[in-house]
Amino acid sequence: MTHLIPTQAPRRLPGDGFWRKTWAMLLKEFIQLRRDRVSFAMIIMIPLVQLMLFGYAINTMPRDLPTAVLMQERNDLTRSILAALENTKFFKVTRLPRTEAEVDQLLASGTVLFAVEIPANFERSVRRGDKPAMLIEADATDPVASGTALGALGQVLQTALSHDRDVPDSAAMPFEIRTHARYNPAGVTQLNIVPGLVGTILTMTMLIFTALSVTREIERGTMESLLAMPISPVEIMLGKIVPYILVGFVQASLIIGIGVSLFGVPVVGNLGMLAALSTLFIAANLSIGYTFSTIAQNQLQAMQMSMMFFLPNILLSGFMFPFAGMPVWAQYVGEALPLTHYLRIVRSIMLKGASLGDLRYDGFALFVLMLIAMTIAVTRFRRTLD
Amino acid sequence: MNAQDGAQNGAQDIVIDVHHLTKKFDGKAVVRDLSMQVKRGTIYGFLGPNGSGKTTTIRMLCGLLTPDEGEGTCLGYDIRTETDKIKRQVGYMTQRFSLYQDLSVRENLEFIARIYGIANPAAAARAAIERLGLSGREEQIAGELSGGWKQRLALGACTLPSPQLLLLDEPTAGVDPKARREFWNEIHALAADGLTVLVSTHYMDEAERCHEIAYIAYGDLLVHGSVEHVIASAHLSTYVVSTAEGAGLSRLSDELAGKPGVDMVAPFGTSLHVSGRDAAALEAAIAPYRQRKDLDWKRSEPSLEDVFIDLMGKARDNFQ
Repeated sequence: MTHLIPTQAPRRLPGDGFWRKTWAMLLKEFIQLRRDRVSFAMIIMIPLVQLMLFGYAINTMPRDLPTAVLMQERNDLTRSILAALENTKFFKVTRLPRTEAEVDQLLASGTVLFAVEIPANFERSVRRGDKPAMLIEADATDPVASGTALGALGQVLQTALSHDRDVPDSAAMPFEIRTHARYNPAGVTQLNIVPGLVGTILTMTMLIFTALSVTREIERGTMESLLAMPISPVEIMLGKIVPYILVGFVQASLIIGIGVSLFGVPVVGNLGMLAALSTLFIAANLSIGYTFSTIAQNQLQAMQMSMMFFLPNILLSGFMFPFAGMPVWAQYVGEALPLTHYLRIVRSIMLKGASLGDLRYDGFALFVLMLIAMTIAVTRFRRTLD
Repeated sequence: MNAQDGAQNGAQDIVIDVHHLTKKFDGKAVVRDLSMQVKRGTIYGFLGPNGSGKTTTIRMLCGLLTPDEGEGTCLGYDIRTETDKIKRQVGYMTQRFSLYQDLSVRENLEFIARIYGIANPAAAARAAIERLGLSGREEQIAGELSGGWKQRLALGACTLPSPQLLLLDEPTAGVDPKARREFWNEIHALAADGLTVLVSTHYMDEAERCHEIAYIAYGDLLVHGSVEHVIASAHLSTYVVSTAEGAGLSRLSDELAGKPGVDMVAPFGTSLHVSGRDAAALEAAIAPYRQRKDLDWKRSEPSLEDVFIDLMGKARDNFQ
């Protein structure tokens, strides 16, 4: 016969043992933390990812901003100007449109952030000392990105050209640079932030809502009986996602409504189109959250995964820092995030009045990302407890 | 083979017909080579120690787990390939309360009625509330119900779609005796209507209320049949020895436990149950003690509990 109570009572240490009890508690916490692999990974991953992103990806001094150049004439002078423009490192000539309509379309779709227009008879006017005007149009929806480049432009261009033989030697600028900040002439940051917030807030709430939805069922034990009922994973997923699409719409309407009434943010474009594309975006985020939900073992892990995903969304999507200023690898990461595409969409529609044709690339990307996320979510969802 | 037959003619009277089911988790067999048949309208008790594979077996029967080996049918449907059809006809009550704690009684029942495609969910829920005696509690949040009511609601939820088979996994754990009694009366009434019930339990009195029982330990189904059959097949001899006010029982228990021929000693109040598989060896072992005046020896029938504890001991010996 074994006895549960030891025959000889163990010796007890004297005193109240404040530190001893604290130590016991501390030891237990460490053991639990070690068992929770996801939390443990987060402790390492969050500082690592933050450091990498802030250290390597983010650049508040934008470089190589995509620029379109419309040249009404081609000669040594205009070529020098183009070279000087690229030498500033701010601009990178990516398009050479032929008409003004084309320039407008490139700006509206966000393909380029700047458009330089050199009028006809430019060189002759310069030689005659007429100080002709070179027009630089900037997409000022993001005042940070455009402002820095425009601010430095005059000085940098003059320095670059002063060494050029083709430009008449003169202390003053031989031509005028006329800048035109499109879509946001006053450079009001709210105009850029409010549509951006629609995207980030939707990302955050949609992710968290669904990330918790399946893990909550598992944690509370309702998943087991749900799986024993005649309901398929797709039915479960759709049933869980659709209510939050409505929640997303309420949030988006709230932000846009307040943005318009309090901050004077314009809604230039078509609201119906914005709603349709927002549905894609919301569904994509819900599917991603749902995927996390099928991976996480408890609600805390699901929250942490959401935060881990949210971080690059904020930093690499172009919400906080100019997208064009990031190195190429970071731009590729950014392209894989739904928020990047949605930010372009929501800003373009609200501020620029972009058409569906202008946004076909981002709309399509969003659709593909949503399909991928949904497929993963449905296949990840286990039908059995195996 | 048998599984095929079961799907065709067995659908009438054999509800569960499985053969050589094996389920492994991380290479460790939790259920091993389990075969069982359950006839329509029977209450089939599933007994065994904690972690013996009862829940795993039940989950395999309703399609929540896929067996690693073996095959069989449940309600005539293949447990590997036709789980969708099985799910429509089976009511499964999990060990843990698995209704939505933050929904009301009515909302929970309506949810289930909708999932099973019942034409008028509101009416079905109302009728269930009536049947369960939950009238007046419809709007109460399920999480705030007492243990007994929760269990009643859970039973009501899994019988609401009028299934043909009920799988109840330790349905009365933590429920008071009165609620348990009512629960079993309910189960018998359901079985009388032709419903088949597979119920796992740790309570011996509940086991005795089953038409048939099966004992599973360490993944093996050791014995099955009626309670009388199970007791008889154990070939256990049992004596009850008592002293005045239980004096010296603890020491006597320690002394007897090690003796050859004595397989089991268990205290019951002021008496001990002393059992052995070999009647002669047991007689020999207790002979010296029978002389003692302070001890009162009586030959007795082994109880179901004696049989199970003996089976468990045997199973453990084989297992190790």
